[in-house]
Amino acid sequence: MLGQLAGCGRAQLQPAGPISGDELKILLDSVVIMLAIVVPTILTTLGVAWWYRSSNRRARRQPDFVYSGRVELVVWSIPALVVVFLGGIAWISSHDLDPAQPLRSKTAPLDVQVVSLDWKWLFIYPKLGIASINRLVVPAGVPLHLVLTSASVWNVFWVPQLGSMLYCMNGMAGTLYLEADRPGVYRGESAMISGDGFADMHFDTDAVPQGQFDAWVASTRGTGPALNDAAYRDLLRQSVPPHPYTYSSVRPGLFADIVMQKLPPGDGPTGGIPGVHPVGLK
Amino acid sequence: MTLFGKLTWQAIPWQEPLPLFSGLGVVIILLAVVAWVVMKGYLPYLWREWITSVDHKRIGVMYCILAGVMLLRGFIDAIMMRTQQVMAYHAPGFLPPSHFDQVFSAHGTIMIFFVAMPFVIGLMNVIVPLQLGVRDVAFPTWNSVSFWLTAAGALLVNLSLVIGEFDRTGWLPYPPLSELRYSPGVGVDYYCWALQISGIGTLVTGINFVTTILKLRAPGMHYTRMPMFCWTALASNLLIVASFPVLTATLAMLLLDRYVGFHFFTNTGGGNSMMFMNLIWAWGHPEVYILVLPAFGIFSEVVSTFSGKPLFGYRSMIYATMAICIISFMVWLHHFFTMGAGADVNAIFGIASMIIAVPTGVKIFNWLFTMYGGYVRYSVPMLWAIGFIVTFAIGGMTGVLLAVPPADFQLHNSVFLVAHFHNVIIGAVVFGVFAGYTYWFPKAFGFTLDERLGKWAFWLWLIGFWVAWGPGYVVGLEGMTRRLDHYDVAEWHPWLVVAEWGVLIILLGIVAQIAQIVVSVRTRERRRDVTGDPWDGRNLEWATASPPPIFNFAVLPDVTDEEPYWGMKARAREIGQLTRPEPEYHPLHMPRNTPTGFVTACLAVVTGFALIWHIWWLVLLGLAGSYATFVVFAWRDHDEILIPVEEVARLDRANRAARSAALQHRQLRRESQRESAE
Repeated sequence: MLGQLAGCGRAQLQPAGPISGDELKILLDSVVIMLAIVVPTILTTLGVAWWYRSSNRRARRQPDFVYSGRVELVVWSIPALVVVFLGGIAWISSHDLDPAQPLRSKTAPLDVQVVSLDWKWLFIYPKLGIASINRLVVPAGVPLHLVLTSASVWNVFWVPQLGSMLYCMNGMAGTLYLEADRPGVYRGESAMISGDGFADMHFDTDAVPQGQFDAWVASTRGTGPALNDAAYRDLLRQSVPPHPYTYSSVRPGLFADIVMQKLPPGDGPTGGIPGVHPVGLK
Repeated sequence: MTLFGKLTWQAIPWQEPLPLFSGLGVVIILLAVVAWVVMKGYLPYLWREWITSVDHKRIGVMYCILAGVMLLRGFIDAIMMRTQQVMAYHAPGFLPPSHFDQVFSAHGTIMIFFVAMPFVIGLMNVIVPLQLGVRDVAFPTWNSVSFWLTAAGALLVNLSLVIGEFDRTGWLPYPPLSELRYSPGVGVDYYCWALQISGIGTLVTGINFVTTILKLRAPGMHYTRMPMFCWTALASNLLIVASFPVLTATLAMLLLDRYVGFHFFTNTGGGNSMMFMNLIWAWGHPEVYILVLPAFGIFSEVVSTFSGKPLFGYRSMIYATMAICIISFMVWLHHFFTMGAGADVNAIFGIASMIIAVPTGVKIFNWLFTMYGGYVRYSVPMLWAIGFIVTFAIGGMTGVLLAVPPADFQLHNSVFLVAHFHNVIIGAVVFGVFAGYTYWFPKAFGFTLDERLGKWAFWLWLIGFWVAWGPGYVVGLEGMTRRLDHYDVAEWHPWLVVAEWGVLIILLGIVAQIAQIVVSVRTRERRRDVTGDPWDGRNLEWATASPPPIFNFAVLPDVTDEEPYWGMKARAREIGQLTRPEPEYHPLHMPRNTPTGFVTACLAVVTGFALIWHIWWLVLLGLAGSYATFVVFAWRDHDEILIPVEEVARLDRANRAARSAALQHRQLRRESQRESAE
């Protein structure tokens, strides 16, 4: 209902996976619990302020009513009880929806290694030996085991319709489990400023039926360049690729070498005049 | 290594007309103001009475003026961002990313450090010593140094508009993006040095006010008789003392990385960028409460005065204030739930953050009960207070929502988050300082502000805020992340157009506020506050003249209860004697004015600028000059002026005469009202 109110299409309010679904539920539950206190408080404030306006002859004045133990007990208890309730929700849901927690599923998860670069996303499928730039193709109904790092500055990997976002940081690997319930194209983006090309760091997540996914893997293996160290060095240079593309093969251990910094991080901007940060993108 | 370090003519953005011409415009306006001041012969007056003043009231007023001017600058940035996001749907808009990134970084930096902070500190300066019933703050010269260092920081930020560039990494420069490798320009250096300089000023303010409140109070002003604003000021300044060193140290580490190749936060060499995020928020979260607690104090004063009742649950409010003060140090991790800290850590910090909502909720209910049974007068400060309660209740709610980690996983760094903190910072801090500004303006200047334009300003700001940031919540829930210089999502565009209208409504509010000042100054003779007590106030700031004499109180008041001035008025009415017997006057020693603060700040600007551009000889010169200033000040022979007893008596008698005439008038009016009621 909120979604229709907002008139929106492809985001948190239209969950397409178990994680985003649960997170939406938590979000709405919390809002409803708080509205139960906030709305009466606002209305009472306006009501009291209006009724006790100095020109209202019918209002009973109590200029000496400045303390009441009973009132204090109530005003400390109401927010405290709400927080106890919400705190319980926070504790349980933090554990249930911990990004690093594997999803309960009969299907084995698909491994995807995610590298944020200046300013593009590299998705490596280690078991399948292929990689993709700016397009994440996944089978619907299969849990995703994502491991995230960055080749240079911080970014945040976020597909709102699938759920939890997570930071990508150089020299570190973060774990995130997500799943797309049904086929569809879900917008993905970076939620952390990463320089001039930041606004272009969005990608499509294509959730497709398993058969179609297998076909995509097969066709990807058959075409496109190989992702070796030289190709990776090209990727490190600051740029925004005009279109998504794929790599037919990936040098084994590439992701581990990025995380362990055996492959050095990106150099950032080059050139320019002293003192002034060069313009990476016009 | 050249004579001017990295500075060349190319540092001036000749090719970019927008910053060039706006910078040029600012320079021309500044020169025109200076020329006008000199031509009119105001310079000696300004120098004697303002620039070198160590009077807390004058310094407070200068803080507020600085905040007002910088608000205009920060607001222009806001208009540019909103306009860019309207134009940049499937298009590049009018700002390239390199410029847009500077605009949002400058907007945040300016609004927090050079608008909200100086406004709050300015009001504390004007009012806290008056409410405590004392003659000045503990360290008056330091106070002047603090102000001028803050102004120096503001000047450096604005210099970056025309010489070089400003930070492009956001109002908090997260490494590794802010490290030399990824930000080789001077933008981050401008940011760091401006904040290092103004940060010292803020820290000194904190020490000054903590000392003042703990050590300098009128006789009988026990802790549990202090006005709520003084309590919140105490809490806020304790937080400054505890947290600003963290900011200084964190930025110092970043500067060491950038200047001499350290590896605190770098990608390589064992640096850990996550540590920066931890440290910056160990300062940053208390900072939120440094700003909002004094605003709560202002609302406590305003709601009580305009309801004609003491603050409900005064002691409960003290507990709530101090609880917020302490807990605010234990929640910083909620700024990065999405870094992958693990379920236990996230849940604990989430719950700790929610706990702050308890004392905050208590405050709202206590304001509600303060109005209950009172005589609520809808003057402009009271409108801001009611607008605040409604707006802040929503902003607080979205804040608690963001404290639920799994909800934050889907909202962090989205425009929803940005809408939330604008909701609390505009709804509480900005509304608060506007309430305080309207409420205490007559105290500082001796005449009231125009009510009609004040009400216009309030409604335009309130409506403008909701039109501007209501859509922010919506696009945040539509997956829009912050700081996008262009986008191609159709659903966001209409909301961003609405937000632009909101900003334009706020602009009208600001126009109304400027008009309010102009109209009020022009009609000031009609709106003189001869009584020193225009709102029928309750605390000691209203017990002295408006504006107060330099020594505030001819004789320090003797405090016997909470709300000392209300008590005095009540007793005077009881015994039917509106004029107290004249006290015995004594000559008074007041601190002597000194240019130390101004000179230090000028040297700080030079040093900061030289550090930014690697002009090492100038750095040494600046530091040597600062040290020389310190030595000259430390070796001064005369640090006090004597106000002769005749002068003290003359000023106090004039105030007493005006006040008793006004009290008599008020008494007569009350009696006639009572008669007509009967």
